[in-house]
Amino acid sequence: MKFSDFVATNAIRSHVDAHTKEGVIREMAQSLVEAGNIAASDLESIVKAIMKREDLGSTGIGRGVAVPHTKHPSVSRLVGTVAVSHDGVDFESLDGEPVQLFFLLVSPPDRPGDHLRALENISRQLRDETFCRQLKAARGPVDIQHLLEEADSHGVAS
Amino acid sequence: MASTIPERDGQRADSRVSMNDLVVSREVVVGMPQGLHARPADLLTREARKWQSRIELLKNVQRVDGKSILEVLTLAAEAGTRLVVEATGPDAREALEAIGGLFDRNFNEQEN
Repeated sequence: MKFSDFVATNAIRSHVDAHTKEGVIREMAQSLVEAGNIAASDLESIVKAIMKREDLGSTGIGRGVAVPHTKHPSVSRLVGTVAVSHDGVDFESLDGEPVQLFFLLVSPPDRPGDHLRALENISRQLRDETFCRQLKAARGPVDIQHLLEEADSHGVAS
Repeated sequence: MASTIPERDGQRADSRVSMNDLVVSREVVVGMPQGLHARPADLLTREARKWQSRIELLKNVQRVDGKSILEVLTLAAEAGTRLVVEATGPDAREALEAIGGLFDRNFNEQEN
């Protein structure tokens, strides 16, 4: 799976304003509403579900990266977006470090394989520290979009 | 059942491993309906980091560091996937038992 298979380009944000875990999640979900990927009426329910998942254990996987996610019956295919916080947000990460780079995923309940393949793609690409650093330094959504496209064209499609 | 293969001099061309270290491995099956997703990957790497031994997971030809969540997530191991857990080091046997146990208990996942 590639980034282009699940990242909603119009929902990419290079400067999130929020400074809390829930704030970032809400801002990213809102960007998916504005991009037309999720319905405004589902926003609260999706934010709540993602926060509930975070209660089970932070999705801050280290290296300043978090992958907040949930299954939600309102989506028929995996949708996601990317956001960067230049200040960093306390996400109760596994390594205790603040998070600057976020990949938010909402997947249909009956497609666990797609979710796993999106996580596979994200984690495989983020092993490249240069890629990680470039994403965090992005000045606009277009920079992020280009970095993701470049990663897609280099990565092994699976 | 864990198989135990004592390391012998020259048997393995791996400089990170001392010749006195044990290498033990066993097959596990991903039993969770959602596969080896972020939460079990977190539990797995937390457990792996408790041990001095090197812990690796093998899926066909892919070999990843069991102490790194980024690496474990690159397995994209769906329900039913067979993996081999390999532990190398002075506490390999205990480490393998602990990690194998996580798979045996499906990482205490509730069906959802």
